[in-house]
Amino acid sequence: MPKKLKRYGPPLLLISPSLVLVGVFVYALIIANFQTSLTDISSAPQTTGLAPHRIVWFENYINLFKSDAFQHSLKNLVLYTVTFLAGTMFLGFLWAWLLEKRDRFEGIFRTVFLFPMAVSSVAAGVIWRWLLNSNQGVRASGLNRLFQMLHLDFLQNNWWNNNSIGIMAIAMAAIWQLSGYVMALFLAGFRGIPDELREAARVDGASEWKLYRHVLFPQLSPVALSALIIIGHMSLKAFDLIVSISKPANYQTKVPAVDMYIFKSQYYYASAAAVGVILLAFVLVLIVPYLVRMAKKEK
Amino acid sequence: MKRFAKVAAAMVTAGCLALTGCSGNNDKPDGDNTAATEQVEVFTWWSTGSEALGLEAMVQVFDRDHPDVNFVNGAVAGGGGSSKNLLQDRLDAGDPPDSFQAHAGLEIQDYILAGQVEDISSLYDEFNLRSVFPSDLIDLLTSGGKIYSIPSNIHRANVIWASVPVLEAAGLQATAEFASMSAFIEALDKIKAASPDIVPLSIGGVWTQVHLLEVVLIAELGTDAYNGLWDGKTDWKSGQVKAALEIFNKLITYTNEDRDSLDWEEPSTMLINGEAAFNIMGDWAPANFDSKNQVDGKDYVYAPAPGTVGVFDFLADSFTLTTNAPHPEGAKAWLQTISSLDGQVAFNRIKGSIPARTDITPSDFSTYQQTAIASFKNDTIVPSLQHGAAATIVQLNTITAAVSKFTSGASDIETFQAELAQAMA
Repeated sequence: MPKKLKRYGPPLLLISPSLVLVGVFVYALIIANFQTSLTDISSAPQTTGLAPHRIVWFENYINLFKSDAFQHSLKNLVLYTVTFLAGTMFLGFLWAWLLEKRDRFEGIFRTVFLFPMAVSSVAAGVIWRWLLNSNQGVRASGLNRLFQMLHLDFLQNNWWNNNSIGIMAIAMAAIWQLSGYVMALFLAGFRGIPDELREAARVDGASEWKLYRHVLFPQLSPVALSALIIIGHMSLKAFDLIVSISKPANYQTKVPAVDMYIFKSQYYYASAAAVGVILLAFVLVLIVPYLVRMAKKEK
Repeated sequence: MKRFAKVAAAMVTAGCLALTGCSGNNDKPDGDNTAATEQVEVFTWWSTGSEALGLEAMVQVFDRDHPDVNFVNGAVAGGGGSSKNLLQDRLDAGDPPDSFQAHAGLEIQDYILAGQVEDISSLYDEFNLRSVFPSDLIDLLTSGGKIYSIPSNIHRANVIWASVPVLEAAGLQATAEFASMSAFIEALDKIKAASPDIVPLSIGGVWTQVHLLEVVLIAELGTDAYNGLWDGKTDWKSGQVKAALEIFNKLITYTNEDRDSLDWEEPSTMLINGEAAFNIMGDWAPANFDSKNQVDGKDYVYAPAPGTVGVFDFLADSFTLTTNAPHPEGAKAWLQTISSLDGQVAFNRIKGSIPARTDITPSDFSTYQQTAIASFKNDTIVPSLQHGAAATIVQLNTITAAVSKFTSGASDIETFQAELAQAMA
């Protein structure tokens, strides 16, 4: 016993403050949130405990999935995520591939592409709200005005004010923000591949395409997976950029995180908590397989 | 890299927590008033522009009348959403300000039911307020025989503003007065025909669209049927309501396409810049005209919104005493000032609204305010939907969602009407 204590005691003691903090402020609150989502708290007196509430189990979830408004939000979330993922992966990889050639100006380009990430979402949102202004013709500004100046008037559109795919315009802003980050990930991946492998492939007579296809890409797949997961979970939680370009009340750009905010503001605490649980579940679906994979690898 | 990011994030979070933690009990005295022993923290959304200046004028009166109480300004930007959310969080967390701003009427109902505000009927007697406030207003503030807030100022929502140069350029008479919505639509058509580049009716984000909807409902239904919408006596599914919604739909077709990304100032400024002809907005708009040196009557004209002559669509800001307020005596002192003649005159002369008290001298106020004071005395008073007087927060949010869905083109009139009926069911 004392032997075990000696072995496990000090490390446990060292990590216990963070264990306790994470336990209380993350996991206990997740449980509390889940409990709230099973109640019928949907009015001001219930939130302060002046009126009783009861457990309704999964009624809030069923009502949410049945409501047209929430289905619209989910559809927007899928569109946003797909656009955001495809755009950042494509641009991020393209830039990394170009920079991988060890250009003299690599340092400059790396900074230029990474820089948008340093801009806060709210500040970026203000700029993009102007760029994505939906006025056309005489009152056009932002991108629509740019199209006019380039004599590409037919490209003018109402951006995020389109009800079916408007959310993709906001994904554009998100792509602008995070492509550089994905580039950095891929660049690190490229750098991690020893030169000997390339040389060996070339000696064996592999063409440049074959070299990429059979030697480099397979080694990049873990990086691609990390990038997918990081961008994917950021996309699911998207709120600040959407709200600063559009407004929470705008139907066109509703996503579950915005619904959660509105539910909370009108005392629908149970529904807000249910949306939170649903988002957490989505993120878990993405992250758990990844963690399992990492754990297996480490063993 | 990753670890550094984590440490940095933790430090930033901790820093934020420390900052917010401190600001709660940060007694910064206003002025050089060192003898103060009591204090009062007042939560408002009057944080910028004429509103903030008005609040400052009110605080000067407060410091004069109550030199022993420190005023702590808890103003948070964001009239509608963000400040109310923050207030809700503070009330939930048991850290209430001593007094907070809320629209008079049903908006305050949630706080009453949640037990977060105190019955202050007795202050009405103590400060002799029952005779100086209009009885309509006191009725609207009364809930179950008790009054939970004291009004500081009154705004009118049903006002139409027009740009004189734009009207003249389009060959129209420089007037904003229209007997009905259909007469108004004729004028909009004329503007559209005369100058296609001008926006006939400027509008902003969805709350300003709800504001327009409420004005259309008053104009088309009349005051009795409009009031009936809120107490269940008027059927939301009726043909009469549908006709009003069709007018609303028609009006939206005359508005600017980028409406959903704007607040109220930008559409109002479009009149000043000669980009739009008309704007329907509450009477906080003169503050915007004044700040851009526009002259009443020369650069812009105004009138009660089309079809609402003789109706005063009212909203009022009022102040509460919170349950378990840390400084109830300070809060009472604040409530005394905001309900006093001096306080209301000082505040409203700058903010542009009119005092809730009726014992004022109209000539102390601007030309527009004098017309509003006269109307408030003589007109039929109806409660505003968008501005918290007619509906609860949940009802308003649901109506807002339906309006956004409709004006963004995702629902037709039938669905829109059904969703509105559902919101008030």
